[in-house]
Amino acid sequence: MQDHLDELESKTIYILREAYNRIKPLGMLWSIGKDSTALLWCIRKAFYGRIPFPMIQLDTGMEEDEVYAFRDQLVKDWGFELIIEQCPPEAEMDQTLPPATRAAARKTEGLKNLLAREKYKGVIVGIRRDEQSMRAKERVFSPRRFDGTWDYKDQPAEFWDQYKTDFPEDTHVRIHPILHWREIDIWRYTQRENIPIVPLYLSRGGMRFRSLGEKNITFPIKSDASTIEEIIAELETTKTSERAGRSMDNETEDSFERLRQSGYM
Amino acid sequence: MTKLEQKAGAEKVGVVIVGHVDHGKSTLIGRLLNDTDSLMDGKLKEVQESCKRRNVPFEWSFLLDAFQAERDQAVTIDTTQIWFKSQKRPYVIIDAPGHREFLKNMISGAAFADAAILVVDAAEGVREQTKRHAYILHLLGLKQVVVAINKMDAVAYDEKRFNEVKAEITAYLSGIDVTPRQIIPIAAREGDNIAKKSDKMPWYKGASLLEQLDAFSPAAPPVEKPLRFPVQDVYRFDERRIIVGRIAAGVLRKGDTLVFSPSSRSAKVVSIEKWNAAHDILSAQAGESVGITLDQPIYAARGDVASHADKAPMLTHDFRANIFWLGKEPLRAGKRYKIKLATSEATVMVRSIDRVIDTGDLQRTEKDFVGVNEMAMVTFHSRETVALDPFADNHETGRAVIIENQDVVGGGIINMEGLADLRQQRQAAQENLHAVDHLLTRQDRALRNGHRGMVVWLTGLSGAGKSTLAMRVERALHIKGMQTYVLDGDNVRRGLNADLGFSAEDRSENIRRIGEVAALMADAGLIVITAFISPFIVDRRAARAAVKDGFHEVYVKADLSTCEKRDPKGLYKKARSGEIAEFTGITSPYEPPEAPEIVVDTSARGIDECVGVIVEHVLENARATTLETRDETRAER
Repeated sequence: MQDHLDELESKTIYILREAYNRIKPLGMLWSIGKDSTALLWCIRKAFYGRIPFPMIQLDTGMEEDEVYAFRDQLVKDWGFELIIEQCPPEAEMDQTLPPATRAAARKTEGLKNLLAREKYKGVIVGIRRDEQSMRAKERVFSPRRFDGTWDYKDQPAEFWDQYKTDFPEDTHVRIHPILHWREIDIWRYTQRENIPIVPLYLSRGGMRFRSLGEKNITFPIKSDASTIEEIIAELETTKTSERAGRSMDNETEDSFERLRQSGYM
Repeated sequence: MTKLEQKAGAEKVGVVIVGHVDHGKSTLIGRLLNDTDSLMDGKLKEVQESCKRRNVPFEWSFLLDAFQAERDQAVTIDTTQIWFKSQKRPYVIIDAPGHREFLKNMISGAAFADAAILVVDAAEGVREQTKRHAYILHLLGLKQVVVAINKMDAVAYDEKRFNEVKAEITAYLSGIDVTPRQIIPIAAREGDNIAKKSDKMPWYKGASLLEQLDAFSPAAPPVEKPLRFPVQDVYRFDERRIIVGRIAAGVLRKGDTLVFSPSSRSAKVVSIEKWNAAHDILSAQAGESVGITLDQPIYAARGDVASHADKAPMLTHDFRANIFWLGKEPLRAGKRYKIKLATSEATVMVRSIDRVIDTGDLQRTEKDFVGVNEMAMVTFHSRETVALDPFADNHETGRAVIIENQDVVGGGIINMEGLADLRQQRQAAQENLHAVDHLLTRQDRALRNGHRGMVVWLTGLSGAGKSTLAMRVERALHIKGMQTYVLDGDNVRRGLNADLGFSAEDRSENIRRIGEVAALMADAGLIVITAFISPFIVDRRAARAAVKDGFHEVYVKADLSTCEKRDPKGLYKKARSGEIAEFTGITSPYEPPEAPEIVVDTSARGIDECVGVIVEHVLENARATTLETRDETRAER
């Protein structure tokens, strides 16, 4: 009998195998955070220990030191191809965006540069519906227009596990294999499977990061959860949103919408 | 972790909220979130303040509509999912847009649900989208439905009005075989009968909406149904050949013999593979993504459905489906589309539009097209043989999506009433074959001819020398007074198998027919020499089974480089350049015989010598005087 986590994992593996069979070439954005690392673990399960396409880090140079250390260690331990894409500077961003949103937009531009160069047809991204109301409206296979933008007013029909896998030239598809997971599911899975995490998620001196991002626009929350078990207990009762520590979500009502529409993850 | 949470994790129920635009679906959800204390801190305040800033009255639905365009127009454009918890269990609420224009988004949401709430405005009553959405629930096979008659506050909580609307919706639902578990009067804006019973409607004795939701159960994976394992991909990362997929129905066990449809090849499960599994896996069931290895290297590919032999899916070229159409261009008879059914794809033609259903009055109209957002019954014809089930028997392999210009433009559930199952026809044909006793026996014919009939089955790579050998052997036997015939691509492909192409399935069918024809000719007393690559063990085994005794397999051996150098028809060149997609030895495997009667190596020996070996073998085995002994020893073949 499959339990809840097995069900989530089986669906994710199914989506990964669809992507691998139908879309070439393929790459995955690995933010080094808890979600995309759990997803990376599912990739090893789907392909019998292999990671058959490259991991991509959109690097702004602004991650915490522990994040870089964790990245290098995991590449060594698991053995996979990592492409580190340097994102363009903030000065080149749309100056009408509020400051934190502008900082986040660097990743969108880094991704665009990478796509233009490497010609990926599919980009796997570890976002979840419960993170944010815009992401809740996403499809599992979500096409982007040639300029990388998201036409959220006319998304493809998607049902019965049949995904849109054929596209015109010059477009790419975002593939979201853990869209159906919740934050608490990720932690329970990380605990059960013993998946490594960046230590910043665990409380030190009464503070921990619930969501990891660049140091200039992400802040730790008050928490005494110093083990994964304690994080799970905290999440069962919390009424604070996961991305409360992310400045760009909270600057203006539509700042995240503007980011996503123009191609943010 | 509390016990409740742990247990609750496995019992999540997905509930879709459907109904006509503006009947209050999003309001109901906002209220449910609030009344079950599921909103994040500050969320309500944030939305209230945003309303103040924008100088618009607060709406509960603003908690859900995420896009600026949705908030601006107060209309839900795309489906969304929200998590909340009751005392009993967690829920995923699926908000589906009510506007006609967004039906494809409504279906994209509703298809994930275990249960549905159909919202009807008490003042307006049943409207166009109420009916269309209810009909979609019926097509999606959703059985757990509750009707919420909303905005009771706007009709002064009037029992009479409630009963009128209740009668109206009940009449419609009974026409489409949907039986609501409960019809509940609510006022979402006020919270009446949402999380708890309202004292404003003492005349209503039933459950609150939340109590009713708690009475639903999550849709369980169809473990009890016959096994359906659609092949998703085949991996050869190491020495293992792993066939992967997610089990759509039933249970798969190590040691099971599986039949792969539509090819009908079979093999035994040697192992069930999962990475990092703690121990040997003995079985897996519906919902699980697994891999399997088989005891034979049979040709299995994405799109095949593995099952047990006694409960295999139907095989057909023709099927009928109840469809909903989302395409901007109408569906028309005679047009071609691609369909996707589980992991398989097929090109289909619309043979007929049997009826278009007006979801308003459920009347059937005669039309020669199906327009956007319409429902219809359509008969399709597929070029390829399709393995499927009627939707009533198996949901996962009983429905298909329809694709036009790379987009999903519709979906349909399959109904095979009155249509033939090719598998049954094939079996029936086999049974009838033995029904009549012939007055002449093989032995009578062998005595007349002076030799017994047999099949000399040449197999080997293209360019190995099969055709040359076949002609030379035939001539040598003819000179010795024997009745002979050569079957090769020239005389078979033009007539008997003119309808077959070069897909894996067609190549297999080609060999099957040749085996059957060779068997008939041998039965008639001829010495039949066949010259086909016939690369797969399983196909040659089927031919051997068709011929019964008198089947002599000749492995015409020559290494690939020799064959490619000879390349008498220029085929290797074409295969290398990609002009021929599946070419044996280059892009498709050749499985050498395991125990052939004869092996002739044409790269090591001269042609005369090879002909001599085969002719000698035939003479020795075909002589009428050896009939009795041969029959005894080979009767079990």
